[in-house]
Amino acid sequence: MEALAHQFFNLDIMRQAWPIILQGFGMTLLLCLAVIPLGLAGGLLVATASLSKSRALRWTVKGFNDVFRALPPLVVLILLYSGLPFAGIRLSPFAAVCLAFLLNNSSFYGEIYRAGIESVGRGQWEAARSTGLSAPHTFAYVILPQAVRNVIPDLVSNTVEVVKLTSIASVVSFTELLYAADMARSVTFNTSPIVLAALIYLVILWPVVRLMSRLEHRVAA
Amino acid sequence: MTSGPLAANGAERPILQVRGLVKRFGALEVLKGIDFAVAPQELVFVIGPSGSGKSTLLRCCNRLEEPDEGSIMVDGVELTDPRCDINAMRRRIGMVFQSFNLYPHLSALRNVTLALRKVLRKSRREADEIGRAALARVGLSDKVAAYPAELSGGQQQRVAIARALSLEPKIMLFDEPTSALDPELVGSVLATMRDMRESGLTMVVVSHEMRFARDAADRVVFMDGGRIVEEGTPEKIFTAPENPRARAFVAEIAR
Ligand SMILES: Nc1ncnc2c1ncn2[C@@H]1O[C@H](COP(=O)(O)OP(=O)(O)OP(=O)(O)O)[C@@H](O)[C@H]1O
Ligand SMILES: [Mg+2]
Repeated sequence: MEALAHQFFNLDIMRQAWPIILQGFGMTLLLCLAVIPLGLAGGLLVATASLSKSRALRWTVKGFNDVFRALPPLVVLILLYSGLPFAGIRLSPFAAVCLAFLLNNSSFYGEIYRAGIESVGRGQWEAARSTGLSAPHTFAYVILPQAVRNVIPDLVSNTVEVVKLTSIASVVSFTELLYAADMARSVTFNTSPIVLAALIYLVILWPVVRLMSRLEHRVAA
Repeated sequence: MTSGPLAANGAERPILQVRGLVKRFGALEVLKGIDFAVAPQELVFVIGPSGSGKSTLLRCCNRLEEPDEGSIMVDGVELTDPRCDINAMRRRIGMVFQSFNLYPHLSALRNVTLALRKVLRKSRREADEIGRAALARVGLSDKVAAYPAELSGGQQQRVAIARALSLEPKIMLFDEPTSALDPELVGSVLATMRDMRESGLTMVVVSHEMRFARDAADRVVFMDGGRIVEEGTPEKIFTAPENPRARAFVAEIAR
């Protein structure tokens, strides 16, 4: 029992690891601040394109979505980071992570937006167009606000996944939370830094998860 | 009436002139050559059995449906002309739907002011002023800040009417404006429409409210199978229609 506490909940080691873990947490936050807005914007672009009149564009988007929803994001990241240099493009770990997430998230967020847009009745388009509003104005002021409101639980839930997924940045040596904790683990030969990182994820995401299940209940009601 | 400055000003020119209108959905021909004109300040009622093409006719008149053949002139402008600025025309053609179609995420006032802001590019202050006036006109001054979900069906429909009215349309098209309403709420919407008629607005109304048609309509048009088969004064259509289908239909809705 004592050995267990020593290996997983060693306060001394946690205290030692704290500065580096805090730094890692800062980098995770930074990553989230880049990757979430990028994904939300890319998703909107993808969803808008999938409504296009051009069949070629719609099919391109469909292909894009299928590919990046099927490919594991880790594979995409490693491909970009270690594959692109052979094509003469060398990305920093941060840039590689951002790009990989943009590709992956655009397809996921895009599908969520699309479901939201489809949930808004045809009558809304018709009413708006009948007052002379252009299609882009109708989309921006009438359809999109309702679409987003209808899928907020899905957007939040996907965002939680994105936050968790930022830990894959550790494989390209980007010093985010997990990477920092693992570094601390390897020098101390003790698992406590990882436990500390896990606790941080938990503290950050648990309220969101709570909120989410409340949102879902409200929508269902 | 046909001479003098009025005629020179084009006051006798129909506001809406439909000629040879054909509309198909795939293989189904829904409108089979409609000729139809509405004079300024006229209120025309359109009746007919379900599926006869009444809604489709209205929806072609602001090109919510694209006509396949024929011509549609609104206030002298050919809508089917590819060079026609359809958005500029649509705001001059008010449309009121059976299901109201208010924007649920916007207050009554914002429902009315959206097009004023984005189509007519009015300032917020000016748009608010016009919007409040339009809501006052339909008797909803006290509901300016209410959201659609907080309004009764009759109130929602009146907001929808205010939304169209605020753009100062040349003509208003109503597609069964009262048929989604509880009977006790119909009166308020009809009163609003009567008030609009008295102020000289040109209106086309698809509806089976016979009482309203009798005392407000100038003309009643009976459609069947994608054609206008009979038209005349409400008196004539509701009491002595010539067409046997019209006679059967009128007897049916009069019951
Ligand atoms: N978008 C569409 N696609 C295919 N068929 C359609 C479409 N809209 C209407 N129709 C068909 O066109 C015909 C006329 O429809 P329309 O809605 O104009 O009739 P209506 O006279 O308004 O009937 P109701 O009194 O039931 O409202 C119907 O047979 C209908 O099924
Ligand atoms: Mg109809």
